[in-house]
Amino acid sequence: MERRPEVPELLDLAEQIVGWADEGEQVEAVVVHERETEVRAYEGKVESLISAESQGVGVRVVHDGRQGFAYAGTLDPDALAEVLAEARDNLTFATPDEHCALAEPDGVKPAELDLYRATLVDHPTEAKVALALDLERRTRAADPRISGVESADYSDSISESAVATTTGILATGRETGCFLSSYALAEQDGETQTGFGFSLGREPSDLDVEEAAADAAERSTRMLGAVKPPSGRMTVVLDPWVSAQFLGIVGGTLSGEAVQKGRSLFADRLGEDVAAPLLTLVDDPTDPAAHTATGSDGEGLATRRNVLMADGRLERFVHNSETARRAGTVSTGSAVRGYSSTPGVGVRAVAVAGGDRPPAELIAAIDDGLLVQGVTGLHSGVNAVSGDFSTGAEGLRIRGGALAEPVREFTIASTIQKMLLDVLAIGDDVRWLPMRAAGVTLVIGELTVSGV
Amino acid sequence: MKDRIARAEIGPMVDPQLLQDVLGEALATGGEFAEVFVEDRRSTSALLDDGRIEEMASGRDRGAGIRVVVGETTGFAHTADLSPTGLRAASAAASAAALGGGDGVREVVLDSPSGPPSAVVDVLPSDVAKGRKVALLAEANEAARARDGAITQVTARYADSQRRIQIANSDGLLTGDRQVRTLFSVSCVASGDSGLQTGRESVGHTVGFELFDRVDVGDLARRAAERALTKLDAVPAPSGEMPVVVGPGGGGVLFHEACGHGLEADLIAKSASVFAGRRGEVVAAPGVSLVDDGTMTGEWGCYAVDDEGRPAQRNVLISDGELTDYMWDRLRARKEGRDSSGNGRRQGYRYLPMVRMTNTYLEAGNDDPEEIVAGTDHGVYVAQLGGGQVNTATGDFVFGMTEAYLIEDGQLTAPIREGNLIGNGPAVLLDIDAIAGDFAMGSPGTCGKDGQGVPVGDGTPTLRVSRLTVGGTAA
Repeated sequence: MERRPEVPELLDLAEQIVGWADEGEQVEAVVVHERETEVRAYEGKVESLISAESQGVGVRVVHDGRQGFAYAGTLDPDALAEVLAEARDNLTFATPDEHCALAEPDGVKPAELDLYRATLVDHPTEAKVALALDLERRTRAADPRISGVESADYSDSISESAVATTTGILATGRETGCFLSSYALAEQDGETQTGFGFSLGREPSDLDVEEAAADAAERSTRMLGAVKPPSGRMTVVLDPWVSAQFLGIVGGTLSGEAVQKGRSLFADRLGEDVAAPLLTLVDDPTDPAAHTATGSDGEGLATRRNVLMADGRLERFVHNSETARRAGTVSTGSAVRGYSSTPGVGVRAVAVAGGDRPPAELIAAIDDGLLVQGVTGLHSGVNAVSGDFSTGAEGLRIRGGALAEPVREFTIASTIQKMLLDVLAIGDDVRWLPMRAAGVTLVIGELTVSGV
Repeated sequence: MKDRIARAEIGPMVDPQLLQDVLGEALATGGEFAEVFVEDRRSTSALLDDGRIEEMASGRDRGAGIRVVVGETTGFAHTADLSPTGLRAASAAASAAALGGGDGVREVVLDSPSGPPSAVVDVLPSDVAKGRKVALLAEANEAARARDGAITQVTARYADSQRRIQIANSDGLLTGDRQVRTLFSVSCVASGDSGLQTGRESVGHTVGFELFDRVDVGDLARRAAERALTKLDAVPAPSGEMPVVVGPGGGGVLFHEACGHGLEADLIAKSASVFAGRRGEVVAAPGVSLVDDGTMTGEWGCYAVDDEGRPAQRNVLISDGELTDYMWDRLRARKEGRDSSGNGRRQGYRYLPMVRMTNTYLEAGNDDPEEIVAGTDHGVYVAQLGGGQVNTATGDFVFGMTEAYLIEDGQLTAPIREGNLIGNGPAVLLDIDAIAGDFAMGSPGTCGKDGQGVPVGDGTPTLRVSRLTVGGTAA
């Protein structure tokens, strides 16, 4: 639609805004541009095709320890000055704080990550449509019990961004990503079950249509006949899709901001054993295999590998430049944001160090337990401040070391603190997923299962 | 002041002649339907955390989304450029995406602007000095901290949005709306021997700054503080099936998840709902009447016209236990040869519309709320619900309890820790065995579906479900 800006142009725009700074004022501009395609297939046809292009600018102004912020969903030249003026006006309402300032260059060189694929940019729309149609067809064909596909989607994004500040930060990034997801419906004897399968990569040739289709079919059909399990305490195996969601939440509790504001259950526990000794947890956005990898953070500082827990011991919290100043330390390159918000603090790509045994072997060692393949209600059932959690779940019973009957409509509950200490075994199947964490098979010694 | 606002706000966002031309071009590749959705949203928010006004932020998003329907396929494109060039380019992209054959530009003639008037707003948030918004935050902070020394952290947030929309389509429809929403929330952390606990309260309405004529943010903050303090003494929640009484206001989330989503026609059309094919059947206990109503003046999920230009309606979904109708957007309604029910919504101009709820509520019954609790031997009383989630194909749903108590021998006793409850929609609807007369609307919510969030409201009187699984950790 509009002419596509290149990264240098985004940086020019950011520098242009920064150049308008008044004496004694710090200004930061974040400029992003993104193109997305989304194709949804249904019953052999294209249900929808979205071709989208969006851009935006966020401006932060700091003066005398106060910050103001404004954004606009456009790069229209007339809008830029208006955004700066709004941010400037907004800062007059903030409470002064000695730690409030923009990031300063810290000499850490960003990792050179190859996250951009011209092959995706040049991939024709017809080929993307074909992928979605193929995914739907294969999901339906994978098993005679597949009665339908609620959604079979191909989606991709090409994003480019630039950050500039009056403190001398100049950072750019560009990356591509594509994703196939299939949501299958399986039916037998009037009962319906669902299953999700996906594949992701940086370019279409990374995508495995067959795997996404087969996973969706397998995960839905194996739930057919599921019953509600009895309540009780049980050894629970979290599959990678589930463990990644929990690890992301654990990572969130280690934000320097949560710690400083008295909202982290790990606040006073640096150096203590907070997890089972076999657990080492690392946040590493410089790992190009992570879907969320990036060379520079939301303030334009280099991202870096941060060891959060080593052999169960709490090693560090993550910081942006402001929480680092407050803590008397340096930023860990963990500022997270979009153009429409100020930088927060958070992990980007957390993963546990994998174990040495495959999931099947871990399951074979469990006489009576439960494999959880899906959880629901994490937003309503996990309190990351108190640590209490309880989520809806579905999966398969484990009997005598083998997967047995499917179970659904139950919850699993514990506290984050206790679950980390209860990790009994870790699989060798660490896998990056479309979220801020990698998944891995995790065996938890005891969770409360609430069913009948 | 009202008149001045009305004149400034009402008037075409994009010239109707240009919209007519763009729609005609959008149909050039053989589309049978084209639509231009124009949006201009301004928002302000202010955040107090850790005793400081951390930031005031303002934002502006303006653009248009254009869709073209050819057969079963919808093509969609959007642009932030509302000039003739920008709109024409988006129109060409949308029609190309719809993959039709094409026989040239078609002529579209727009009718005169129509539709119900936008809600009257007494005080437009953009006319209020930012200092007044910030002052509310400080007031809430002080009130929460003054409540008890165990309150160790307070976050208060003010947010407003002014959204103008304009919709034109190839059927000749030309309409629009202005939606003004104002929100205030307070979250507290209490520290005690049992660790940290949280309490939250929020109020949000589709009104302007006059919201604060009737809402005392100090009261709101004290309630949030009270909730966190109460939970310092909380015992682990029980585990297993038991009767659950839900207090007035909060229970709407239960219906939103138990059957609301399952009654959305897009999921019905794909047989991805346990309620598909069940119109006219008894799906709930007698006395259960569920309504989705986008016309409830001032409520969080209301509007004059939906994001396809259809006037909001009051839709009865379940009447005395019988499933009467689903909720519809234009696309699904057209396939069934009926009218949309005014439930076609989208997060913004960058998104396609789909079937969404508005304000969903259970009508009041005749039972006495105190007798409902007194008549429950052993169970759980949920005073405030958190969010929820549902798998519409299986009907299994969860919802969180953020303030709840044990019921022992017909009495509320110890507060219990947070957690989810899980049930199956069709079973839970039949297991509702008491509905009181104390109807109240709940807290403002954001409903997420397929990556899009929209504001929704809900409400219920006190009610009891004879059997639900409480997902706690106690034996």
